[in-house]
Amino acid sequence: MPTLLEVKALHGAYGESKVLHGLDFIVEEGGVTTLLGANGAGKTTTLRAISGMIKVSGEIIFAGERIDGLATEAVAKRGIAHVPDGRGTFMELTVEENLRLGSFLRNDKAGVASDMERVFDLFPKLKERLFQQAGTLSGGEQQMLAIGRALLLRPKLLLLDEPSFGLAPLIVRGIFETMGRIVRETKVSILVVEQNASLALAIADRAYLLETGRIVMSGAADDIRKDETLRRSYLGY
Amino acid sequence: MDGLIHQIVSGIASGGIYASVALALVMIYQATHHVNFAQGEMAMFSTYIALTLIQAGVPYWVAFIIVVPVSFLMGAVIQRVLMEPLAKAPVLASVGVFIGLLLVFNSIAGWIFTYTTKPFPTPFGEGKPLLNGFVSRHELGSTMITLVVLLSIWAFFRFTKLGLAMRAAAFNPVSSRLVGVPVDKMLALGWGLAAAIGAIAGMMVAPVVFLDPNMMAGVLLYAFAGALLGGITNPLGAVIGGFAVGIVENILGAYVVGTELKLSVALFIIVVVLVLKPAGLFGKTVVSRV
Repeated sequence: MPTLLEVKALHGAYGESKVLHGLDFIVEEGGVTTLLGANGAGKTTTLRAISGMIKVSGEIIFAGERIDGLATEAVAKRGIAHVPDGRGTFMELTVEENLRLGSFLRNDKAGVASDMERVFDLFPKLKERLFQQAGTLSGGEQQMLAIGRALLLRPKLLLLDEPSFGLAPLIVRGIFETMGRIVRETKVSILVVEQNASLALAIADRAYLLETGRIVMSGAADDIRKDETLRRSYLGY
Repeated sequence: MDGLIHQIVSGIASGGIYASVALALVMIYQATHHVNFAQGEMAMFSTYIALTLIQAGVPYWVAFIIVVPVSFLMGAVIQRVLMEPLAKAPVLASVGVFIGLLLVFNSIAGWIFTYTTKPFPTPFGEGKPLLNGFVSRHELGSTMITLVVLLSIWAFFRFTKLGLAMRAAAFNPVSSRLVGVPVDKMLALGWGLAAAIGAIAGMMVAPVVFLDPNMMAGVLLYAFAGALLGGITNPLGAVIGGFAVGIVENILGAYVVGTELKLSVALFIIVVVLVLKPAGLFGKTVVSRV
Protein backbone atom coordinates (compact mmCIF):
# COMPACT_ATOMS: atom_id res chain seq x y z
CA MET A 1 0.00 0.00 0.00
CA PRO A 2 1.24 3.54 -0.70
CA THR A 3 2.56 5.63 2.17
CA LEU A 4 0.25 8.41 3.39
CA LEU A 5 2.34 9.81 6.22
CA GLU A 6 6.07 9.51 6.68
CA VAL A 7 7.88 10.75 9.77
CA LYS A 8 11.67 11.04 9.62
CA ALA A 9 14.06 11.75 12.51
CA LEU A 10 11.35 13.56 14.47
CA HIS A 11 12.54 15.43 17.54
CA GLY A 12 10.13 17.33 19.74
CA ALA A 13 10.19 19.11 23.07
CA TYR A 14 7.99 21.04 25.51
CA GLY A 15 10.20 24.05 26.18
CA GLU A 16 13.41 22.67 27.64
CA SER A 17 12.39 19.06 28.16
CA LYS A 18 12.91 16.88 25.11
CA VAL A 19 10.25 14.23 24.63
CA LEU A 20 10.87 12.77 21.16
CA HIS A 21 14.36 11.58 20.24
CA GLY A 22 14.33 10.92 16.52
CA LEU A 23 11.27 8.92 15.51
CA ASP A 24 10.92 7.24 12.13
CA PHE A 25 7.65 5.65 11.12
CA ILE A 26 5.10 5.51 8.34
CA VAL A 27 1.33 5.29 8.07
CA GLU A 28 0.06 3.43 5.06
CA GLU A 29 -3.00 4.49 3.12
CA GLY A 30 -6.25 2.83 4.03
CA GLY A 31 -5.18 1.03 7.16
CA VAL A 32 -4.86 1.37 10.90
CA THR A 33 -1.45 2.06 12.36
CA THR A 34 -0.98 2.09 16.10
CA LEU A 35 1.62 3.66 18.34
CA LEU A 36 1.83 1.71 21.58
CA GLY A 37 3.67 2.61 24.71
CA ALA A 38 3.39 3.33 28.40
CA ASN A 39 2.44 6.63 29.99
CA GLY A 40 5.05 9.26 29.17
CA ALA A 41 6.52 7.38 26.20
CA GLY A 42 5.75 10.30 23.89
CA LYS A 43 2.63 9.02 22.13
CA THR A 44 0.50 12.12 22.63
CA THR A 45 3.48 14.33 21.82
CA THR A 46 3.95 12.51 18.51
CA LEU A 47 0.37 13.27 17.50
CA ARG A 48 0.74 16.87 18.63
CA ALA A 49 3.90 17.13 16.54
CA ILE A 50 2.05 15.93 13.44
CA SER A 51 -0.71 18.50 14.05
CA GLY A 52 1.74 21.37 14.44
CA MET A 53 0.90 21.92 18.09
CA ILE A 54 4.54 21.84 19.26
CA LYS A 55 7.86 22.89 17.77
CA VAL A 56 9.68 20.01 16.09
CA SER A 57 12.74 19.21 14.04
CA GLY A 58 12.91 16.44 11.47
CA GLU A 59 10.55 15.82 8.60
CA ILE A 60 6.84 15.08 8.50
CA ILE A 61 5.67 14.25 4.99
CA PHE A 62 1.94 13.92 4.35
CA ALA A 63 0.59 12.91 0.95
CA GLY A 64 3.95 13.75 -0.58
CA GLU A 65 4.35 17.19 0.99
CA ARG A 66 6.23 18.48 4.03
CA ILE A 67 3.83 19.58 6.75
CA ASP A 68 6.22 20.13 9.65
CA GLY A 69 6.23 23.79 10.63
CA LEU A 70 2.67 24.37 9.41
CA ALA A 71 0.13 25.93 11.76
CA THR A 72 -2.39 23.54 13.31
CA GLU A 73 -5.31 24.87 11.25
CA ALA A 74 -3.22 24.48 8.07
CA VAL A 75 -2.50 20.84 8.93
CA ALA A 76 -6.24 20.28 9.37
CA LYS A 77 -6.81 21.85 5.96
CA ARG A 78 -4.47 19.27 4.39
CA GLY A 79 -6.85 16.56 5.60
CA ILE A 80 -5.64 15.46 9.02
CA ALA A 81 -8.30 15.30 11.73
CA HIS A 82 -7.04 14.99 15.28
CA VAL A 83 -9.10 13.65 18.17
CA PRO A 84 -7.01 15.00 21.05
CA ASP A 85 -6.45 13.53 24.47
CA GLY A 86 -9.29 14.58 26.73
CA ARG A 87 -11.51 14.53 23.58
CA GLY A 88 -11.48 18.28 23.03
CA THR A 89 -15.24 18.69 23.42
CA PHE A 90 -16.69 22.19 23.03
CA MET A 91 -18.47 21.84 26.37
CA GLU A 92 -20.57 25.03 26.14
CA LEU A 93 -21.90 24.26 22.67
CA THR A 94 -24.54 21.75 21.62
CA VAL A 95 -23.77 18.36 20.11
CA GLU A 96 -25.01 19.64 16.76
CA GLU A 97 -22.76 22.70 16.93
CA ASN A 98 -19.78 20.51 17.85
CA LEU A 99 -20.40 18.42 14.76
CA ARG A 100 -20.94 21.45 12.54
CA LEU A 101 -17.57 22.80 13.70
CA GLY A 102 -16.01 19.61 12.40
CA SER A 103 -17.10 20.65 8.91
CA PHE A 104 -15.79 24.21 9.30
CA LEU A 105 -13.33 23.87 6.41
CA ARG A 106 -15.88 22.47 3.97
CA ASN A 107 -18.25 24.28 1.65
CA ASP A 108 -20.05 21.30 0.10
CA LYS A 109 -23.36 21.48 1.95
CA ALA A 110 -24.76 18.27 0.49
CA GLY A 111 -21.59 16.35 1.32
CA VAL A 112 -21.62 17.63 4.89
CA ALA A 113 -25.26 16.66 5.29
CA SER A 114 -24.63 13.12 4.07
CA ASP A 115 -21.54 12.81 6.31
CA MET A 116 -23.68 14.01 9.22
CA GLU A 117 -26.16 11.20 8.53
CA ARG A 118 -23.26 8.78 8.36
CA VAL A 119 -22.04 9.89 11.81
CA PHE A 120 -25.57 9.35 13.19
CA ASP A 121 -25.53 5.92 11.63
CA LEU A 122 -22.21 5.10 13.33
CA PHE A 123 -23.21 6.71 16.65
CA PRO A 124 -27.03 6.77 17.03
CA LYS A 125 -26.62 8.17 20.57
CA LEU A 126 -25.42 11.46 19.11
CA LYS A 127 -28.63 11.90 17.16
CA GLU A 128 -30.68 11.44 20.32
CA ARG A 129 -28.64 14.11 22.08
CA LEU A 130 -28.31 16.49 19.13
CA PHE A 131 -29.46 19.66 20.87
CA GLN A 132 -28.07 18.88 24.28
CA GLN A 133 -25.12 20.82 25.67
CA ALA A 134 -22.04 18.72 24.86
CA GLY A 135 -20.62 19.18 28.36
CA THR A 136 -23.49 17.11 29.75
CA LEU A 137 -22.57 14.01 27.71
CA SER A 138 -20.94 11.01 29.34
CA GLY A 139 -17.30 10.23 28.63
CA GLY A 140 -18.16 7.59 26.06
CA GLU A 141 -20.61 9.88 24.27
CA GLN A 142 -18.01 12.63 24.22
CA GLN A 143 -15.55 10.22 22.63
CA MET A 144 -18.15 9.38 19.97
CA LEU A 145 -18.75 13.09 19.45
CA ALA A 146 -15.02 13.71 19.07
CA ILE A 147 -14.69 10.96 16.45
CA GLY A 148 -17.83 12.21 14.67
CA ARG A 149 -16.50 15.77 14.66
CA ALA A 150 -13.22 14.54 13.18
CA LEU A 151 -14.99 12.51 10.48
CA LEU A 152 -16.96 15.58 9.39
CA LEU A 153 -13.70 17.12 8.23
CA ARG A 154 -13.71 14.23 5.74
CA PRO A 155 -10.05 13.61 6.53
CA LYS A 156 -7.51 11.47 4.73
CA LEU A 157 -5.90 10.68 8.05
CA LEU A 158 -7.55 10.40 11.44
CA LEU A 159 -5.35 10.80 14.52
CA LEU A 160 -6.86 9.25 17.64
CA ASP A 161 -5.32 9.89 21.03
CA GLU A 162 -6.20 7.13 23.53
CA PRO A 163 -9.84 6.61 22.57
CA SER A 164 -10.17 4.13 25.44
CA PHE A 165 -9.02 6.56 28.13
CA GLY A 166 -11.23 6.63 31.21
CA LEU A 167 -14.06 4.59 29.65
CA ALA A 168 -15.77 1.40 30.79
CA PRO A 169 -14.62 -1.74 28.91
CA LEU A 170 -17.99 -2.27 27.26
CA ILE A 171 -18.04 1.29 25.88
CA VAL A 172 -14.46 0.94 24.70
CA ARG A 173 -15.29 -2.25 22.82
CA GLY A 174 -18.17 -0.50 21.07
CA ILE A 175 -15.96 2.41 20.06
CA PHE A 176 -13.24 0.14 18.70
CA GLU A 177 -15.79 -1.87 16.75
CA THR A 178 -17.07 1.34 15.22
CA MET A 179 -13.51 2.34 14.33
CA GLY A 180 -13.13 -0.97 12.53
CA ARG A 181 -16.32 -0.19 10.62
CA ILE A 182 -15.06 3.28 9.71
CA VAL A 183 -11.87 1.84 8.19
CA ARG A 184 -13.74 -0.86 6.28
CA GLU A 185 -16.41 1.45 4.92
CA THR A 186 -14.45 4.61 4.16
CA LYS A 187 -11.09 5.47 2.67
CA VAL A 188 -9.80 7.14 5.82
CA SER A 189 -6.53 5.94 7.33
CA ILE A 190 -6.12 5.89 11.08
CA LEU A 191 -3.16 6.49 13.37
CA VAL A 192 -4.24 5.50 16.85
CA VAL A 193 -2.25 5.93 20.02
CA GLU A 194 -3.08 3.49 22.82
CA GLN A 195 -1.95 2.26 26.19
CA ASN A 196 -4.24 -0.70 25.84
CA ALA A 197 -2.11 -2.76 23.46
CA SER A 198 -4.39 -5.77 23.02
CA LEU A 199 -7.29 -3.54 21.96
CA ALA A 200 -5.23 -1.57 19.48
CA LEU A 201 -3.48 -4.61 17.98
CA ALA A 202 -6.84 -6.21 17.32
CA ILE A 203 -7.82 -3.53 14.82
CA ALA A 204 -4.38 -2.39 13.61
CA ASP A 205 -2.47 -3.47 10.54
CA ARG A 206 0.86 -2.11 11.67
CA ALA A 207 2.25 -1.29 15.09
CA TYR A 208 5.10 0.68 16.57
CA LEU A 209 6.22 0.50 20.16
CA LEU A 210 7.41 3.71 21.73
CA GLU A 211 9.66 3.90 24.78
CA THR A 212 10.81 7.25 26.21
CA GLY A 213 10.62 8.99 22.89
CA ARG A 214 12.21 6.28 20.75
CA ILE A 215 10.72 3.53 18.61
CA VAL A 216 11.98 0.23 19.99
CA MET A 217 9.99 -2.19 17.89
CA SER A 218 7.78 -2.26 14.84
CA GLY A 219 6.02 -4.75 12.64
CA ALA A 220 2.76 -6.13 11.35
CA ALA A 221 0.16 -6.07 14.12
CA ASP A 222 -0.66 -9.74 13.57
CA ASP A 223 2.95 -10.83 14.04
CA ILE A 224 3.32 -8.90 17.25
CA ARG A 225 0.08 -10.27 18.60
CA LYS A 226 1.15 -13.84 17.86
CA ASP A 227 4.69 -13.54 19.21
CA GLU A 228 4.28 -14.35 22.86
CA THR A 229 7.77 -13.41 24.04
CA LEU A 230 7.55 -10.05 22.32
CA ARG A 231 4.14 -9.44 23.80
CA ARG A 232 5.16 -10.44 27.31
CA SER A 233 8.40 -8.48 27.39
CA TYR A 234 7.20 -5.30 25.73
CA LEU A 235 3.46 -5.09 26.08
CA GLY A 236 2.93 -6.90 29.36
CA TYR A 237 -0.09 -9.01 28.51
CA MET B 1 -48.44 57.11 36.84
CA ASP B 2 -47.50 58.97 33.65
CA GLY B 3 -44.26 59.94 35.31
CA LEU B 4 -43.48 56.34 36.12
CA ILE B 5 -44.18 55.21 32.55
CA HIS B 6 -41.96 57.99 31.31
CA GLN B 7 -39.16 56.86 33.63
CA ILE B 8 -39.50 53.28 32.46
CA VAL B 9 -39.38 54.32 28.81
CA SER B 10 -36.25 56.42 29.41
CA GLY B 11 -34.85 53.51 31.35
CA ILE B 12 -35.33 51.24 28.37
CA ALA B 13 -33.57 53.77 26.15
CA SER B 14 -30.52 54.08 28.39
CA GLY B 15 -30.75 50.38 29.22
CA GLY B 16 -30.28 49.63 25.52
CA ILE B 17 -27.01 51.53 25.58
CA TYR B 18 -25.88 49.64 28.69
CA ALA B 19 -26.98 46.38 27.11
CA SER B 20 -24.88 47.08 24.00
CA VAL B 21 -21.77 47.90 25.99
CA ALA B 22 -22.44 44.94 28.32
CA LEU B 23 -22.58 42.69 25.25
CA ALA B 24 -19.25 44.09 24.03
CA LEU B 25 -17.76 43.40 27.48
CA VAL B 26 -19.09 39.82 27.48
CA MET B 27 -17.70 39.14 24.00
CA ILE B 28 -14.19 40.10 25.07
CA TYR B 29 -14.63 38.40 28.43
CA GLN B 30 -15.49 35.07 26.82
CA ALA B 31 -12.35 35.15 24.71
CA THR B 32 -9.87 36.56 27.22
CA HIS B 33 -11.55 35.96 30.62
CA HIS B 34 -10.95 39.60 31.45
CA VAL B 35 -13.17 42.63 31.43
CA ASN B 36 -11.97 45.17 28.89
CA PHE B 37 -12.07 48.34 30.99
CA ALA B 38 -11.08 50.31 27.88
CA GLN B 39 -14.28 49.34 26.01
CA GLY B 40 -15.98 52.61 27.01
CA GLU B 41 -13.03 54.81 26.10
CA MET B 42 -12.75 53.12 22.71
CA ALA B 43 -16.42 53.94 22.13
CA MET B 44 -15.87 57.53 23.26
CA PHE B 45 -12.98 57.88 20.81
CA SER B 46 -15.14 56.53 17.97
CA THR B 47 -17.82 59.08 18.87
CA TYR B 48 -15.26 61.88 18.58
CA ILE B 49 -14.32 60.62 15.12
CA ALA B 50 -18.01 60.79 14.21
CA LEU B 51 -18.30 64.34 15.56
CA THR B 52 -15.21 65.42 13.63
CA LEU B 53 -16.69 64.05 10.42
CA ILE B 54 -20.08 65.67 11.06
CA GLN B 55 -18.45 69.04 11.82
CA ALA B 56 -16.51 68.70 8.57
CA GLY B 57 -19.85 68.62 6.76
CA VAL B 58 -20.35 64.87 6.35
CA PRO B 59 -24.05 63.94 6.72
CA TYR B 60 -24.88 62.13 9.98
CA TRP B 61 -25.67 58.73 8.53
CA VAL B 62 -22.65 58.78 6.24
CA ALA B 63 -20.46 59.54 9.26
CA PHE B 64 -22.21 56.71 11.12
CA ILE B 65 -21.50 54.28 8.29
CA ILE B 66 -17.84 55.37 8.19
CA VAL B 67 -17.28 55.23 11.94
CA VAL B 68 -18.60 51.69 12.47
CA PRO B 69 -16.05 49.93 10.22
CA VAL B 70 -13.27 52.27 11.36
CA SER B 71 -14.01 51.29 14.97
CA PHE B 72 -14.13 47.65 13.92
CA LEU B 73 -10.67 48.02 12.45
CA MET B 74 -9.42 49.80 15.58
CA GLY B 75 -10.62 46.92 17.77
CA ALA B 76 -9.13 44.27 15.50
CA VAL B 77 -5.78 46.07 15.34
CA ILE B 78 -5.67 46.40 19.13
CA GLN B 79 -6.19 42.64 19.40
CA ARG B 80 -3.50 41.80 16.85
CA VAL B 81 -0.90 44.29 18.10
CA LEU B 82 -1.48 44.35 21.86
CA MET B 83 -3.47 41.31 22.97
CA GLU B 84 -2.08 38.64 20.65
CA PRO B 85 1.48 38.78 22.06
CA LEU B 86 -0.03 38.57 25.55
CA ALA B 87 -2.10 35.46 24.83
CA LYS B 88 0.06 33.33 27.10
CA ALA B 89 1.07 36.08 29.52
CA PRO B 90 -0.15 36.15 33.14
CA VAL B 91 -3.54 37.65 33.97
CA LEU B 92 -2.15 40.94 35.25
CA ALA B 93 -0.46 41.67 31.92
CA SER B 94 -3.84 41.79 30.13
CA VAL B 95 -5.42 43.81 32.91
CA GLY B 96 -2.48 46.19 32.68
CA VAL B 97 -3.05 46.60 28.94
CA PHE B 98 -6.77 47.27 29.46
CA ILE B 99 -6.09 49.96 32.06
CA GLY B 100 -3.30 51.35 29.90
CA LEU B 101 -5.62 51.54 26.90
CA LEU B 102 -8.25 53.29 29.02
CA LEU B 103 -5.79 56.00 30.05
CA VAL B 104 -4.23 56.29 26.58
CA PHE B 105 -7.57 56.74 24.80
CA ASN B 106 -8.76 59.15 27.45
CA SER B 107 -5.64 61.31 27.28
CA ILE B 108 -5.37 61.25 23.50
CA ALA B 109 -9.02 62.27 23.21
CA GLY B 110 -8.43 65.08 25.69
CA TRP B 111 -5.32 66.18 23.83
CA ILE B 112 -6.84 66.16 20.35
CA PHE B 113 -10.43 67.19 21.11
CA THR B 114 -9.95 69.03 24.45
CA TYR B 115 -11.82 68.23 27.64
CA THR B 116 -14.60 70.74 26.89
CA THR B 117 -18.02 69.10 26.88
CA LYS B 118 -19.53 69.25 23.39
CA PRO B 119 -23.07 68.68 22.13
CA PHE B 120 -23.54 65.77 19.75
CA PRO B 121 -26.29 65.78 17.14
CA THR B 122 -29.16 63.31 17.09
CA PRO B 123 -30.26 62.01 13.72
CA PHE B 124 -33.84 61.54 14.91
CA GLY B 125 -34.82 65.23 15.13
CA GLU B 126 -35.48 67.49 18.07
CA GLY B 127 -39.23 67.74 17.63
CA LYS B 128 -41.98 67.15 20.17
CA PRO B 129 -41.99 63.92 22.19
CA LEU B 130 -43.96 61.06 20.67
CA LEU B 131 -46.58 58.59 21.96
CA ASN B 132 -48.45 60.98 24.28
CA GLY B 133 -45.20 62.63 25.26
CA PHE B 134 -43.79 59.54 26.88
CA VAL B 135 -40.78 59.17 24.66
CA SER B 136 -38.49 61.64 22.96
CA ARG B 137 -37.63 61.15 19.32
CA HIS B 138 -34.05 60.37 20.20
CA GLU B 139 -35.02 57.82 22.86
CA LEU B 140 -37.26 56.01 20.41
CA GLY B 141 -34.74 56.16 17.56
CA SER B 142 -31.75 55.08 19.63
CA THR B 143 -33.74 52.23 21.19
CA MET B 144 -34.66 51.02 17.71
CA ILE B 145 -31.05 51.19 16.52
CA THR B 146 -29.89 49.37 19.66
CA LEU B 147 -32.44 46.62 19.19
CA VAL B 148 -31.44 46.18 15.55
CA VAL B 149 -27.78 45.93 16.58
CA LEU B 150 -28.47 43.42 19.36
CA LEU B 151 -30.70 41.27 17.15
CA SER B 152 -28.20 41.26 14.30
CA ILE B 153 -25.38 40.24 16.62
CA TRP B 154 -27.54 37.49 18.10
CA ALA B 155 -28.50 36.19 14.65
CA PHE B 156 -24.87 36.37 13.52
CA PHE B 157 -23.62 34.24 16.41
CA ARG B 158 -26.59 31.91 16.34
CA PHE B 159 -27.03 31.22 12.65
CA THR B 160 -23.77 31.79 10.78
CA LYS B 161 -20.80 29.49 10.42
CA LEU B 162 -18.45 32.37 11.20
CA GLY B 163 -20.38 33.21 14.36
CA LEU B 164 -20.19 29.61 15.50
CA ALA B 165 -16.45 29.52 14.77
CA MET B 166 -15.97 32.72 16.79
CA ARG B 167 -17.78 31.23 19.78
CA ALA B 168 -15.76 28.03 19.45
CA ALA B 169 -12.49 29.96 19.26
CA ALA B 170 -13.37 31.81 22.46
CA PHE B 171 -14.41 28.68 24.37
CA ASN B 172 -11.79 26.19 23.23
CA PRO B 173 -8.96 27.53 21.08
CA VAL B 174 -7.06 24.22 20.97
CA SER B 175 -9.96 22.17 19.60
CA SER B 176 -10.90 25.02 17.27
CA ARG B 177 -7.50 24.94 15.59
CA LEU B 178 -7.78 21.17 15.22
CA VAL B 179 -10.96 21.54 13.15
CA GLY B 180 -9.28 24.24 11.08
CA VAL B 181 -10.62 27.45 12.67
CA PRO B 182 -8.04 30.26 12.45
CA VAL B 183 -8.36 31.22 16.10
CA ASP B 184 -6.27 34.41 16.00
CA LYS B 185 -8.39 35.84 13.21
CA MET B 186 -11.58 34.95 15.10
CA LEU B 187 -10.36 36.77 18.22
CA ALA B 188 -9.46 39.83 16.15
CA LEU B 189 -12.94 39.71 14.59
CA GLY B 190 -14.44 39.54 18.09
CA TRP B 191 -12.53 42.63 19.18
CA GLY B 192 -13.58 44.40 16.02
CA LEU B 193 -17.24 43.57 16.56
CA ALA B 194 -17.10 44.65 20.20
CA ALA B 195 -15.51 47.96 19.23
CA ALA B 196 -18.14 48.49 16.51
CA ILE B 197 -20.99 47.81 18.94
CA GLY B 198 -19.36 50.18 21.43
CA ALA B 199 -19.07 52.87 18.76
CA ILE B 200 -22.78 52.70 17.97
CA ALA B 201 -23.59 52.84 21.69
CA GLY B 202 -21.31 55.88 22.02
CA MET B 203 -23.01 57.72 19.16
CA MET B 204 -26.46 56.88 20.57
CA VAL B 205 -25.69 58.03 24.11
CA ALA B 206 -23.67 61.15 23.22
CA PRO B 207 -26.71 63.36 22.42
CA VAL B 208 -28.08 62.57 25.90
CA VAL B 209 -24.99 62.83 28.12
CA PHE B 210 -22.97 65.18 25.83
CA LEU B 211 -19.53 64.33 24.51
CA ASP B 212 -16.38 64.69 26.59
CA PRO B 213 -13.45 62.31 27.14
CA ASN B 214 -15.06 60.93 30.30
CA MET B 215 -18.47 60.44 28.69
CA MET B 216 -18.39 56.64 28.84
CA ALA B 217 -17.09 56.24 32.41
CA GLY B 218 -20.59 56.08 33.89
CA VAL B 219 -21.98 54.09 30.98
CA LEU B 220 -19.23 51.50 31.36
CA LEU B 221 -20.00 51.10 35.06
CA TYR B 222 -23.72 50.65 34.40
CA ALA B 223 -22.92 48.21 31.58
CA PHE B 224 -20.56 46.31 33.84
CA ALA B 225 -23.26 46.17 36.50
CA GLY B 226 -25.70 44.90 33.87
CA ALA B 227 -23.26 42.26 32.65
CA LEU B 228 -22.65 41.03 36.19
CA LEU B 229 -26.35 41.13 37.02
CA GLY B 230 -27.26 38.99 34.01
CA GLY B 231 -24.14 36.86 34.14
CA ILE B 232 -20.93 37.79 32.40
CA THR B 233 -20.70 34.34 30.85
CA ASN B 234 -24.09 34.69 29.17
CA PRO B 235 -24.52 37.27 26.35
CA LEU B 236 -28.33 37.20 26.53
CA GLY B 237 -28.19 37.52 30.31
CA ALA B 238 -25.87 40.50 30.03
CA VAL B 239 -28.24 42.21 27.58
CA ILE B 240 -31.23 41.64 29.87
CA GLY B 241 -29.08 42.83 32.78
CA GLY B 242 -28.20 45.99 30.87
CA PHE B 243 -31.86 46.83 30.24
CA ALA B 244 -32.73 46.03 33.87
CA VAL B 245 -30.02 48.33 35.19
CA GLY B 246 -31.24 51.12 32.91
CA ILE B 247 -34.82 50.85 34.16
CA VAL B 248 -33.88 50.46 37.83
CA GLU B 249 -31.43 53.33 37.62
CA ASN B 250 -34.08 55.66 36.19
CA ILE B 251 -36.80 54.74 38.65
CA LEU B 252 -34.55 54.89 41.69
CA GLY B 253 -33.01 58.11 40.42
CA ALA B 254 -36.41 59.73 40.01
CA TYR B 255 -38.23 58.47 43.09
CA VAL B 256 -35.86 57.06 45.66
CA VAL B 257 -32.28 58.22 45.82
CA GLY B 258 -32.13 61.15 43.41
CA THR B 259 -29.76 61.69 40.50
CA GLU B 260 -26.72 62.26 42.71
CA LEU B 261 -26.75 58.68 43.99
CA LYS B 262 -27.71 56.96 40.72
CA LEU B 263 -24.21 55.75 39.97
CA SER B 264 -23.81 54.48 43.50
CA VAL B 265 -26.88 52.36 42.88
CA ALA B 266 -25.07 50.68 39.98
CA LEU B 267 -22.09 49.89 42.17
CA PHE B 268 -24.42 48.68 44.90
CA ILE B 269 -26.03 46.29 42.39
CA ILE B 270 -22.59 44.95 41.46
CA VAL B 271 -21.72 44.25 45.08
CA VAL B 272 -25.06 42.66 45.96
CA VAL B 273 -25.03 40.40 42.92
CA LEU B 274 -21.47 39.31 43.52
CA VAL B 275 -22.27 38.44 47.11
CA LEU B 276 -25.57 36.63 46.54
CA LYS B 277 -25.09 35.06 43.14
CA PRO B 278 -21.51 35.25 41.93
CA ALA B 279 -22.36 33.86 38.47
CA GLY B 280 -25.12 36.43 37.88
CA LEU B 281 -28.84 35.82 37.44
CA PHE B 282 -28.49 33.91 34.16
CA GLY B 283 -24.82 32.98 34.39
CA LYS B 284 -23.60 29.43 34.41
CA THR B 285 -21.21 28.25 37.03
CA VAL B 286 -18.99 26.13 34.84
CA VAL B 287 -18.26 22.85 36.51
CA SER B 288 -15.52 20.81 34.96
CA ARG B 289 -14.64 17.23 35.72
CA VAL B 290 -11.11 16.80 37.00
